[in-house]
Amino acid sequence: MIEKTVAELSEALASGEITSVELTRAYLDRIALHNTELNAYITVCEESALEQARIADEQRAAGSTLPLLGIPIAHKDLFCTKGVLTTSGSKILHNFISPYDATVVERMQAAGAVMLGKTNMDEFAMGSSNESSYYGAARNPWNVDKVPGGSSGGSAAAVAADLCAMATGTDTGGSIRQPAAFCGITGIKPSYGRISRWGMIAYASSLDQAGPLCKSAEDAALLLNVMAGVDDKDSTSISLPEEDFTASLNESLEGLKIGLPKQHFAEGLDAGIEAAIRNAVAELEALGATVKEIDLPNSDLAISAYYVIAPAEASANLSRFDGVRYGYRCENPVDLEDMYKRSRSEGFGDEVKRRIMVGTYALSAGFYDAYYRKAQKIRRLVKEDYARAFEEVDVIIGPTTPSPAFGLDSIKDSVTMYLEDIYTIALNLAGLPGISVPAGFVDGLPVGMQIVATDFAEAKLLNVAHQFQKVTDWHMRKPILRNAASQQREA
Amino acid sequence: MSLTKDDAEKIAHLARLHISETEATEVAGRVTDILALIDKMQSIDTENVEPLAHPFDAVQKLRPDIVTEKDQRDDLQTLAPLSQDGLYLVPKVIE
Repeated sequence: MIEKTVAELSEALASGEITSVELTRAYLDRIALHNTELNAYITVCEESALEQARIADEQRAAGSTLPLLGIPIAHKDLFCTKGVLTTSGSKILHNFISPYDATVVERMQAAGAVMLGKTNMDEFAMGSSNESSYYGAARNPWNVDKVPGGSSGGSAAAVAADLCAMATGTDTGGSIRQPAAFCGITGIKPSYGRISRWGMIAYASSLDQAGPLCKSAEDAALLLNVMAGVDDKDSTSISLPEEDFTASLNESLEGLKIGLPKQHFAEGLDAGIEAAIRNAVAELEALGATVKEIDLPNSDLAISAYYVIAPAEASANLSRFDGVRYGYRCENPVDLEDMYKRSRSEGFGDEVKRRIMVGTYALSAGFYDAYYRKAQKIRRLVKEDYARAFEEVDVIIGPTTPSPAFGLDSIKDSVTMYLEDIYTIALNLAGLPGISVPAGFVDGLPVGMQIVATDFAEAKLLNVAHQFQKVTDWHMRKPILRNAASQQREA
Repeated sequence: MSLTKDDAEKIAHLARLHISETEATEVAGRVTDILALIDKMQSIDTENVEPLAHPFDAVQKLRPDIVTEKDQRDDLQTLAPLSQDGLYLVPKVIE
């Protein structure tokens, strides 16, 4: 039962085939068996999850038909959850019990979802491998010597290993799509402003966006229905007519115009991944789509602009961690400055400190025009590249990542790690929606295909992804997990 | 742009981060590597391009100036490392 999609579980719960308590128990048992190895969860909420499940079963008995009633979810550990530890993967928040719920958490709760726990992540969402987590790296369920991707690596690993039915994540430069690709699941980064950022611990506020990680495109549509919507508490959330993202899932792809960016099929792309993506595109052509090559000339500058804008915004956002109001404070500070400096230096990890340094430098007197302003100009050029492309095509398709999941501890320097997000980062600069769907395997590791649509055209993405999943079974493949007991027997 | 050890110390101070003498050299090197990636931006002329601060060029929405939050001081101060009588405690600032 635990391997089923949200859509299937909803039916099983509605028909009485299973109760939410039984289902929640099954996930908790599986977490107990496999989390030591996968390290997907930082916090497991056994007692409150079973209590929420019991209430969901009661509500169902009383006639409730909430969309996610009784379905177990995992939240990335940067969504504030009232009364529950919320660390953002950092030591500086090792003791932070959030006094309130994020809007996304509130909406999931209101829809009837049962919270299993909080998932592992790169510290403050800064990373592409999960290795910058203070709580140790999460592992890839397909091969535990490989990274699950990041920053939402714990969520992706948990969904792929059936340690939950669905999960939330956030994406600032690829942090939903890249781990979804590495773990063989479906993950969507909606348009900027589609989902409220209230209660999401901020990394780079003009780029951060929440989204679901799940087992199918249909599930992504169901979750987006719950998560999307304007929120008075987030002034950047955008007011749009309410939309049912499942409504157009079954539309035909006849006449769909697909663009393949030549820059995303160039040097640096793994040959196996290229072959898988070209095969996937051929599947879509067989469904009636047409394909043409397109040009995104400023692609390679996107990563440079991103590493000004994101660190600059991060250096401002992370100034709130001062050891005064919450979080870690150093021992025996001699004065205020010593308290700030040592609390922050002892509380933040190396990558976070590096990005704060880069951001502070870019914003410091005399450098603003050369860095921050220049990066914002390139941001416009990147956005214009996509706008021009969407005059000719309906969706843009390519690989989500240049290579499959890499080995733990195999990438030592920041710049090499940054280049892992080369195909995903431009979307955050442009605010565009993108989805990663499983599209094959290379050496036993999943391949992700990224589909991009124009502003607020998530329904189109989900339609294309769902039609693809109707004729392929990549998204249904499951990793074979070992647990501590079976490993001991083998040894 | 290449960062010196002194630059690294100055930026660390601006960001209220403590770095030791030995760390400063390593941090300067690593930040310089990142700046080399960033500096590729300078290869393109953006003289007549308007900067984009927000993906949809949106401007800040304003709300009516009315109180919407209730007082949660006592709840929120339970999170503080040190507080007393409704105040946050920090090391002595004024001699």
